Amino acid sequence: MRNLNKKLNMLKNKHLLGLKEYPAKDLKTIIDTAYNFKTVLDRPIKKVPSLQGVTIVNLFFENSTRTKISFELAQKRLSADTVNFSASSSSLKKGESFKDTAQNIESMKIDAVVMRHPTPGAANHLTNFIDSVVINAGDGTHEHPTQAILDMMSLHEKFGKLKGLKVAIVGDILHSRVALSNIYGLTTMGAEVMLCGPSNLIPVHLKELGVKVSYKINEALDWADAVNVLRIQRERMGKSLVPSIREYREMFGITSKKLSLHKKEIVVMHPGPMNRGVEIDGDVADGDQAIILDQVLNGVASRMSILFLLCGGKNSDGER
Amino acid sequence: MSVQKLNSRVVLQNGTLLDPLSGETFSGDILIENGKIAQIGKILFDGEIEKIDCSGKVITHGFCDLHVHFREPGREDKETLETGTLAALAGGFTRVCVMPNTNPPLDSPEAINFITKKSENLAVYIHPIGAITKNQGGDDITEMGLMKKEGAVAFSDDGLPVQDGSMMRIALEYSNLVELPIINHAEDECLRSNGLMNDGVVSSQLGLDGNLDLAESVMIHRDLELASYTNARLHIPHVSSSKSLDHIRKVKLVNHKVTAEVTPHHLYFNEEALRDFNTNLKVAPPIRTESDRLNLIKAVKDGTIDCIATDHAPHTIEDKETTFDLASFGMIGLESCFGAVSKVLIRDNGMSLLDVVRLLTVRPRAIMGFEKDLFKIGAEVELAVIDPNFEYVFKKENIKSRSVNSPYIGEKMIGKINYTISKNKIYKEVGVINK
Ligand SMILES: [Zn+2]
Repeated sequence: MRNLNKKLNMLKNKHLLGLKEYPAKDLKTIIDTAYNFKTVLDRPIKKVPSLQGVTIVNLFFENSTRTKISFELAQKRLSADTVNFSASSSSLKKGESFKDTAQNIESMKIDAVVMRHPTPGAANHLTNFIDSVVINAGDGTHEHPTQAILDMMSLHEKFGKLKGLKVAIVGDILHSRVALSNIYGLTTMGAEVMLCGPSNLIPVHLKELGVKVSYKINEALDWADAVNVLRIQRERMGKSLVPSIREYREMFGITSKKLSLHKKEIVVMHPGPMNRGVEIDGDVADGDQAIILDQVLNGVASRMSILFLLCGGKNSDGER
Repeated sequence: MSVQKLNSRVVLQNGTLLDPLSGETFSGDILIENGKIAQIGKILFDGEIEKIDCSGKVITHGFCDLHVHFREPGREDKETLETGTLAALAGGFTRVCVMPNTNPPLDSPEAINFITKKSENLAVYIHPIGAITKNQGGDDITEMGLMKKEGAVAFSDDGLPVQDGSMMRIALEYSNLVELPIINHAEDECLRSNGLMNDGVVSSQLGLDGNLDLAESVMIHRDLELASYTNARLHIPHVSSSKSLDHIRKVKLVNHKVTAEVTPHHLYFNEEALRDFNTNLKVAPPIRTESDRLNLIKAVKDGTIDCIATDHAPHTIEDKETTFDLASFGMIGLESCFGAVSKVLIRDNGMSLLDVVRLLTVRPRAIMGFEKDLFKIGAEVELAVIDPNFEYVFKKENIKSRSVNSPYIGEKMIGKINYTISKNKIYKEVGVINK
């Protein structure tokens, strides 16, 4: 991995808070580097010393098994020291403020914080209080940049390009950080995006981001090269924004029948965890068109790349 | 900065006198004797007298703000009547009306009396606004008659909109008995839902829950209809949206008892300013679009909006330095008011200094029924000496409030207060000059 050292300090921003206005050049660097790390994951010994001596805190104010595991694995593969902090075990419940928690953790001499938080802007907010590198692992309904990057890597792997690709994002766009980050990232990389879902779950103002909107799944499937199927998050819906599971499945669920109506072989993605039989049928998820498990592996590779590019180079000769 | 007792004979010399009541501007002096206006014009003095040079400055009426939160009683860590007084003086204000959403709320004659008594010896006139409903609970109207006797000048459940239309009807009808305005913070709670900022382009991109402009305009529409039906005095606070202005403009053609205010921050900022999640810009009603902002300016010019009120809302650092969802609503606004509105209205939108001063003096005084003729011989002195062209950067040091939740810190301002003279005291700006 010697050649990777050249990539240090190549990213414009110190933190990874979101993909809005994130430079295309840096997204390309992250994805290219992720491919390199993916080869590490295929070796018998899946570990490199790139982040030896670097301490990273995983600060999770909200449950997220898979994002957390993915980050932890990425950190271990890079030989970083990691500490996990989750809201359930934290002092937050005892009334300590967000700021105090952040500053307490940082005063223990750490290099980076990976944070998941239920509030939009929480990661931006964290940068006001600490000097460490901040990586947003999802802030409420705002952004989830590492998910979008792994999605883009997976698309790139499949199609060999992002420019000109047509990607439909299907589901509850209103409550989705995955959708926003994907919109920002994909449009930056020259892909086209269509949002498809129930009309009350697609904010009207998102059209101003240069995306197409359709309320008809057949229209979206007809148009798309790939479809990114979002989880219907019932827990986010205080007012039962979707009348019933069966109505949703009927209108927007990705079934083999709906896919078979279109000649083109559409690539099917899902950020997980899936509700099989709701937004996606089991046979589709397990079928040839799905790249859902590739996404999971690419998640580890791209998070390795992000961590390395943002936190690397500290231990060796103080270059950074 | 300092507040001192006024000498028994003081002359403000060589200033430009701006009388917002008559509309006249002339150069001259003002002689103040024992806290009262003694003479105006070219004055020949003799004997013991303090001279204050006002050359290059404008001497006008002290400003009046009919919408501030001084947090006393209950949250003296945010503001007190005393620290609020300093903030007012720093902004050129000599008279303010305090909102009743304190703890306990100002919902009884005893609570009103507490404010009246406690502010008696403070350097600005502080008038309590009483709650519309007991405990601001929205269920039972307060003792408006007895509260008026103790000094209440209007009624409002500010912060907690009167949701129930029939309650609003009763309040308006009853207010006719005491002949004082009803001020209803207009936001339909159901439509507002969990809204944290204006519902629009920016909220969609930030993932923050939006608060529709309709949440304001539908309630303003209801209140206007009820006010006309009951023939009561309705004052609409902090109008934020074009849709609300349309309703107000239309009703004002036939109902001349309706009045409305706008805050400096709704004139100064638009929703784009929230892109970096600055909690100091989290206010209720929210900062809206650029088009709303421009329409508010237009409404100020055409008289749809009657006056400027700051909605000065102090919060502790802890209440603001938190995630956007948990941060309290509101910003302080007294100290930054003149510098902000003169920049927006005079420099950017061509209004005259006279018209802007009117929005801060005779207009709010007319709404609340306060004395408007402050240049009258024998009047208790209430004056502001301002440098309308002075450009400076607003800094933390300019804040005299106990709280510092101001989004104006770092903003370039035009127009500064040099002296505020009120209740036989003089406030002198001797602080840093942040050119
Ligand atoms: Zn209010």
